[in-house]
Amino acid sequence: MTQVLLIFLPILFALLLPMLHKKISRVHTGWFVLLVPFALVLYYASFVPKIGDGPFTSTFYWVKSLDLSITSHLDGLSLLFSLLITGIGTLVVLYSIFYLDKKKEQLHNFYFYLLMFMTAMLGVVQSDHLISLYLFWELTSISSFLLIAYWYKRDKSRFGALKSMMITVFGGLMMLGGFLLLANAGGTYSIRELIANSSTIAESPYFVWMIVLILLGAFTKSAQFPFYIWLPDAMEAPTPVSAYLHSATMVKAGIYLVARLTPLFAISEYWIWFVVASGIITLFWGSFFAVKQTDLKGILAFSTVSQLGMIMAMLGAAGIALHVDSPQQTIFAFAAYAAIFHLINHATFKGSLFMIAGIVDHETGTRDIRKLGGLMSLMPISFTIAAIGSLSMAGLPPFNGFLSKELFLTSMLSLKEFELFNFSTWGPIIPWVAWIASIFTFVYCLYFAYYTFMGKGKVDKLPKKPHEAPIGMLISPIILATLVVVIFFIPNVIGKYFIKPAVLAIQPQLYNASSDVAIHVQAFHGFTPELKMTIGVVLIGFILFLTLKKWQPLYQLQPDKLSLNNLYDRMMRLADVDSKKISELYMTGAIRHYLMYMFSFIVVIVIATLFWKDGFNFSFENTAKIGLFEIIVVFVLVASTVTVFAARTRLTAIIALGAVGYSVALFFVIFNAPDLALTQLVIETVSVALFLLAFYHLPKLSRHEEAMPFKMRNFLIALGVGIMVTLLALSAQSQKLIPSISQYYKDTVYTEAGGGNIVNVILVDYRGFDTLFEITVLSIAGMAILGMIKLRLSKKEKKSNENE
Amino acid sequence: MKMNNVILKTTVQVSFFIIFLFSIHIFLAGHFAPGGGFVGGLLTASALVLLLLTYDIKTVQKLLPINYMMMTAVGLALALGTASISVFFGDAFFKHYFSHFEIPLLGNTELHTAMLFDSGVYLVVVGVTMIIIQSIGGDE
Repeated sequence: MTQVLLIFLPILFALLLPMLHKKISRVHTGWFVLLVPFALVLYYASFVPKIGDGPFTSTFYWVKSLDLSITSHLDGLSLLFSLLITGIGTLVVLYSIFYLDKKKEQLHNFYFYLLMFMTAMLGVVQSDHLISLYLFWELTSISSFLLIAYWYKRDKSRFGALKSMMITVFGGLMMLGGFLLLANAGGTYSIRELIANSSTIAESPYFVWMIVLILLGAFTKSAQFPFYIWLPDAMEAPTPVSAYLHSATMVKAGIYLVARLTPLFAISEYWIWFVVASGIITLFWGSFFAVKQTDLKGILAFSTVSQLGMIMAMLGAAGIALHVDSPQQTIFAFAAYAAIFHLINHATFKGSLFMIAGIVDHETGTRDIRKLGGLMSLMPISFTIAAIGSLSMAGLPPFNGFLSKELFLTSMLSLKEFELFNFSTWGPIIPWVAWIASIFTFVYCLYFAYYTFMGKGKVDKLPKKPHEAPIGMLISPIILATLVVVIFFIPNVIGKYFIKPAVLAIQPQLYNASSDVAIHVQAFHGFTPELKMTIGVVLIGFILFLTLKKWQPLYQLQPDKLSLNNLYDRMMRLADVDSKKISELYMTGAIRHYLMYMFSFIVVIVIATLFWKDGFNFSFENTAKIGLFEIIVVFVLVASTVTVFAARTRLTAIIALGAVGYSVALFFVIFNAPDLALTQLVIETVSVALFLLAFYHLPKLSRHEEAMPFKMRNFLIALGVGIMVTLLALSAQSQKLIPSISQYYKDTVYTEAGGGNIVNVILVDYRGFDTLFEITVLSIAGMAILGMIKLRLSKKEKKSNENE
Repeated sequence: MKMNNVILKTTVQVSFFIIFLFSIHIFLAGHFAPGGGFVGGLLTASALVLLLLTYDIKTVQKLLPINYMMMTAVGLALALGTASISVFFGDAFFKHYFSHFEIPLLGNTELHTAMLFDSGVYLVVVGVTMIIIQSIGGDE
């Protein structure tokens, strides 16, 4: 229970923030906030030594009857993510205390969103229940939306927030669909139980759909190709947010989901293909376009995209281990380990790089790499950190990026050897693409560090006079950079406590305990192909970097119209402007048109149904004889109806309408309905009088006394409606299924109801309920008319009302 | 219209009561012969309309100081109340009761709660018709 409750600790603490912010405004609110992630880090760290003993589960039932629960399930994978979230969270909060000004910023909003995000993220990685996972997943989207738009007065922030919201929520909804299919096929919402039943789920006809839908969710969240476009625009957020959400945690939610569901879906070749292909394409695309960027955070955003693609590709390769014999002995076993290792490394170096970008922005007033340069001597500490982070990202020793890049190349080379699922055709290309992407990675890492800190800078022209950042701002990146170096020297300690338990969660089929994962990482293991590839990367990357100025302009060749951002903008315009145009086409505002739609649709629907259900079955056996009176009255009726339409003046039409009413009354007389005849006569008189009244009050100007113009379209629709009603009446008359109940009324009208006039007795006794509401309708009509006439506003009053 | 329409006024003075009585007759006879609250109400209203046509609204209002809004409300309440009587006796909503009584002058007569309900209908119909006609007719 505590375990579940602690997920909610950040958001519960956030409720205190407005008070803290207002009452204790002397102290930066961030200091209070810092306590929360720090406490959580300590709590989760206490699990590290015992995580080998097995998962820790705690459940809180939310809606028991619907089997909805929030289950916190801590195994190696969730624990690793929880530590990343709270650990980097602590550092980011510390950094933000110095980054955000106490007086100028709305800190309570900022930390509220941040803590909300922390809860959401912890919920995502610890949930064992699909629905609660989805719930927290959307909460991350919402809090990310709020954080990106933190400076909501800037257009770009709002644009970026909306874009990330649209894309991630689209993915989230798709994922929900996948989850529902999955829960339907597996019969449970619990991820653990689903993984246990994975073989039955694989037989579901919707198996591929589940994969596609869930992967859409994971890919949109983790900024995979082609959904990465929201991430560069999300860089409008404050830098602590970019460092936290958009490099270390939220974008890894998709990675987490893929890793978590690998044991379930890796049976399928589609899963492996989709994950590997999207990862490789994203890796290449991100690293290729990172060199084009001129904004520091833009470079880092594209590099995040690229690195996420790299982790994704390794996770795809990790799925392959299920399909080979004796996987522990082959190099396929490396992929999952490599993915998790790189995930940790990426969080460390990318977090520190973002913080450095923030410091540079903070101290110089610009993030444009074309204006920066020569800051090395002014900001030595920042430069050191940036150099460590960049070189680690580039994959050079003695930094942790080197180790995971080697493992990455190992696992990509392993794809070449894999023979199932047509990998023999496309597999050999993959290591080459990965290698080229690594070269570009190397180039943009140098590009980032060199053009910011070295070279000839125009320091005097910067918006602010640069100087080294305050120590408080530097603590967090220093810690992260230290980790980058430390991990290089003790990779196997990290491996034992963090990576191997996580690998066990990804590949439970292969290992019984985390100690079974027999991978030992070392910096040098002979002249393997990986090492040669790395040497190649460094050499070619260096040459490319030196000639950067010559070929960088080539990026301008890409036309803006063909970019994915342009596609997104077009789609948004389609959803907004163009769909409005379409609805304006038929929503004309003219009641005439709406009536036309309604009438034509009812004709089509009814006649089509009659045809379809074979409803045309007319019989004239039980019809009564037609007498002379009926013929005469019908003749009068038809004549007066035609007159209504053919009348040249309104007065004629009104009188003809009266004639129609009186002939209907005559019908009632002929058909033995004296009550109806009486009522009809009186009502007709009153309504004709009212028509005349309305006629008299028509405005003078528009009183065109001319016959109704003939319109073919209206005629056809009217004809259709007439035919439809006639057909319907005829077929209803000829196909009576059950006899009428009127005999009962005839038998009991005196004995039961004490009356003689069946019509009236039905009205007040048998079915008095209807009458009660009919007189209510009458009263409402009367009051409405009274209200319309007595309570209408004069023009003067109307104007003054509008102004109010 | 400042015409002194003596013939009209004189005939209306007689015919108003005939129409009114006829409408009451139709209303009361409703349970056994054609008629009932609705037609009865409409006919009463038309008798009143005849008055309105002959005299003007203010005169009629002076002659018959009736608040038609109130009349409608009373009619609705009466109808609903009649329908609810049965609830207090433990029966279903809208159950009517009737019995035969020896009444002086009228002899053996059937009294029926449906009649009360019908009176509600009658009052509502008269009230609403008059509201409509007065409000439209009285509008400038």
